[in-house]
Amino acid sequence: MSFIAKPRIDHPGLPKNALGLTRRDYEGSMSTLCAGCGHDSVTAAIVEAVWGLAIRPEQVAKLSGIGCSSKTTAYFVGGGHGFNAVHGRMPSIATGAIAANRDLYYIGVSGDGDTLSIGFGQFAHAIRRNIDMLYIIENNGVYGLTKGQFSASADIGSQAKRGEVNLQPPVDPVLTALTLGCTFVARSFSGDKQQLVPLIQAGLQHRGFALIDVLSPCVTFNDHEGSTKSWRYVRENYEEVVHADYVAAAREITVDYAAGEATEVRLHDGGRIVLRKLDASYDPTHRGRALNYLREKLRQGEHVTGLIYIDQKSPEFHEVNNTSDMPINRIPYERLTPGAKGLAKILSRYR
Amino acid sequence: MLHAPDAQTRVNDFVLKLANVNGTGSASANALVLKSIFRMGVPVVGKNYFPSNIQGLPTWYEIRVTRAGYAARSGHVDIMVAMNAETYARDLKEVSPGGYLLYDSTWPRPALLKREDVALFGVPLARLCNETFEGVRARILLKNIMCAGVLAALLDIDLDIMRTLLGETYASKKALLDANVRALEMGHAYARAHLPCPLPLKVAPLPGELSRTAGHIMIDGNTAAALGCLYAGATVGAWYPITPSTSLMDAFRSLCEQWRVDPETGRRDFVVVQAEDELAAIGAVIGASWNGARAFTPTSGPGISLMNEFIGLAYYAEVPAVIFDIQRVGPSTGMPTRTQQCDLLLAAYASHGDTRHVLLFPADPQECFYMAVAAFDLAERLQTPVFVMSDLDIGMNDWMCPMLEWDESYRPDRGKMLTLEEIESLDKFHRYVDLDGDGIPYRTLPGIHPKGAYFTRGSGHTQFGAYTEDAAEYQQVVDRLKRKFETAKTLVPQAVFRGCDGRDAAIVSLGSCDGAVCEALDVLARRGIHLDYMRVRAFPFGPEVEEFLATHARIFVVEQNRDAQLRSLLILETAVDKRKLRSILHYSGLPISSSSIVDGVLAELDTLAPVRSAVL
Ligand SMILES: Cc1ncc(C[n+]2csc(CCOP(=O)(O)OP(=O)(O)O)c2C)c(N)n1
Ligand code: SF4
Ligand SMILES: [Mg+2]
Repeated sequence: MSFIAKPRIDHPGLPKNALGLTRRDYEGSMSTLCAGCGHDSVTAAIVEAVWGLAIRPEQVAKLSGIGCSSKTTAYFVGGGHGFNAVHGRMPSIATGAIAANRDLYYIGVSGDGDTLSIGFGQFAHAIRRNIDMLYIIENNGVYGLTKGQFSASADIGSQAKRGEVNLQPPVDPVLTALTLGCTFVARSFSGDKQQLVPLIQAGLQHRGFALIDVLSPCVTFNDHEGSTKSWRYVRENYEEVVHADYVAAAREITVDYAAGEATEVRLHDGGRIVLRKLDASYDPTHRGRALNYLREKLRQGEHVTGLIYIDQKSPEFHEVNNTSDMPINRIPYERLTPGAKGLAKILSRYR
Repeated sequence: MLHAPDAQTRVNDFVLKLANVNGTGSASANALVLKSIFRMGVPVVGKNYFPSNIQGLPTWYEIRVTRAGYAARSGHVDIMVAMNAETYARDLKEVSPGGYLLYDSTWPRPALLKREDVALFGVPLARLCNETFEGVRARILLKNIMCAGVLAALLDIDLDIMRTLLGETYASKKALLDANVRALEMGHAYARAHLPCPLPLKVAPLPGELSRTAGHIMIDGNTAAALGCLYAGATVGAWYPITPSTSLMDAFRSLCEQWRVDPETGRRDFVVVQAEDELAAIGAVIGASWNGARAFTPTSGPGISLMNEFIGLAYYAEVPAVIFDIQRVGPSTGMPTRTQQCDLLLAAYASHGDTRHVLLFPADPQECFYMAVAAFDLAERLQTPVFVMSDLDIGMNDWMCPMLEWDESYRPDRGKMLTLEEIESLDKFHRYVDLDGDGIPYRTLPGIHPKGAYFTRGSGHTQFGAYTEDAAEYQQVVDRLKRKFETAKTLVPQAVFRGCDGRDAAIVSLGSCDGAVCEALDVLARRGIHLDYMRVRAFPFGPEVEEFLATHARIFVVEQNRDAQLRSLLILETAVDKRKLRSILHYSGLPISSSSIVDGVLAELDTLAPVRSAVL
């Protein structure tokens, strides 16, 4: 099998973003995933979100690990560099890449296997460093690419296609991220583009590590009776807690919010996230309360979705390091070396 | 065997060993003695034998005074400073006949072990310190300095130079300086009054023109390598602490804090990531290099083992990476504070699948500096991981080496990296096409232009960077990688030679064996045995290595590991007939000395007596 280039047909009528680019300019190569795979819907949402934000394609760096989910970085924003790392180690590639150039938008795509098993350590430390990236988990409760073994996010009692029942408790990436101090924590569903697109946009604009756990059913290995990550199951147990709308600095808020139902979070770039609370008691800026609420709902078997927690105050990686504004991969060599005189000075204490 | 007991020949040529307990602050006193002799114009070698422990275990420091300027340890001891009661018996045993032993006589030792052929000197160091100084900690630390004063008297070390050195160390701490000078002088005076000062083995200054140390520095390889990273323009360092590589990153960080921070804003032109493990450290290096920064990681054997999967990715996806392997004794955790050259095969073929990597073999701190710079240039030129194969002996011991020089015209070789204008002028960019026939493709950085975008992957790919499972498309790429490795042979540092007057017999060695080999060649020459010598400085081996191997009939391969890894690499990667290669192996964990090489050569020649004349 070879690489399948998408035919490029320009429709003059297609809507353009502020850069004069159409959605087609944000697509990648043709997906080779199973027809109906949830991951493809996430890809479509990313295309929509990046197009909507009018980010130059080359300003996007796409990073992933290994798995069906990790393949998808090839399927969006073909004008940006992609890096398919080794299984579970994308966060370290991201750490280095972000260290080298703080000016790009980094989109990491991973799977529940990639993140919660082999890559659990790297995931935790990327959160701890608060590197400035959007990290999407396409969570299907199975290892898709290796044909359907349970992943660490499979629920107790969940049944595999071949019949065995999972008896181990799941790792919940959202709870994990909250306890690790993640500064942007969201959950969504691949089938809910309306919720997902603004979340991706908000995550991209967030300064620091933005996690979106996207329930993304595997139609081949995890979409049967007894599976808790099937389309039907997720739809039925879906509870939207806060609806987030990303509003760019220059744009008007077009949605009308009843007073008391909406709060605003101002992002560092001047944009805003408008949060429409579906549950009046919910406070997405309070980590402890978010955790409690989430745990309570989980006990009732409900997936809380939406923007669950946001903290715009904690410094991200480069702020902690106090790195120069100019991306360090662009600093001219002359500024980096102390020269021959400097060497003599340094070496004087070794005489 | 090599030790000549005759007093005259011992001036500026003897070994002093100090046995201590670690955590008692002996390091600064050891450095004081070493540096003073160095400043007197006399070449010295300092070797630290320390435990993998923080406090309470035995530790030794060995100072070789060598007017010939040899770089290796000598393998014998002339004067022992036995400050550790626990190791006293073995320390006494180690002294060469006619030698001396100095001990702390504060406590009565009725059953003190003695030797007829070793002179014992007792000095009540602890008592003198307790009578003079306040505070437990100060007394312990100053005892070492007082001991240095005793040694100064015994060995005729210039007390003024010692005072100057203390002044440099405690420039801003007057009270400390005074206490240190006082302890030094007390030790000196006590020895003068009670011991036969100076001893026949002593230091005679070589001032001015006579100096053998002018234009030289005393520096460890890890500091020199860190300097190389600074001068190469490295901006991202990622690591996970491991002995004996840790001091490399410590040095890099402090150099950056001095030279890479804007004095007004405090903003930094560097990032150091203390990773969660070595997998993440190498991942960060690969991510940063992919994104156009010069990035490196210092580590040791266990770290390389963990990095394997990522190293294979960098090889196949053609991402530059610089890895310093400061080798220590394996296998497994092994002996973390002892030295070996035991990662040669691990590094040469790191990771699964067909992979081969560029290795550089520095012999001393000077080469650590220049090879660190070369490693970044090679990694970017060849778009591949490059290993600098140092070891604990080079990395953590103080070596005398010529003052490092910097060529102001140096600019980093970024290799085939396309600029914005170049990308714009292209019809289409293909990441892995061999346009120049040297096996090296062109690369682009993220963020420059959408036309330059490509997909970096460790899965099978075509020369255009697209995913493939097609046999021909796959092979085209891996065959080109092989061609690239051929190109590497023309770019890496060449071997260096000594002798090479067309003799039949020769030594081949690498890295930190160099000092011992050079000394062994001198010793053998005095016995009428003359050998050629080639020190390989890189893998893959260049044509000069092939030629040397082809033109010598009997070759001793000297290296510091059990399994003859350099010999294996030569057999695998050159056309040499393996029957010509005889191994001389040293893998005790202590740095190699010339005697093991001399003994090895002699033993081999004895068994070959009939062909001896033909060989030599
Ligand atoms: C070191 C290593 N071990 C095992 C594998 C095999 N492997 C490939 S993908 C995968 C699991 C992927 O699961 P997930 O991240 O959930 O992705 P999905 O396919 O479900 O989207 C495994 C185990 C590998 N590629 N590398
Ligand atoms: S196996 Fe599952 S996860 Fe993989 S592509 Fe098919 S549906 Fe998607
Ligand atoms: Mg999965």
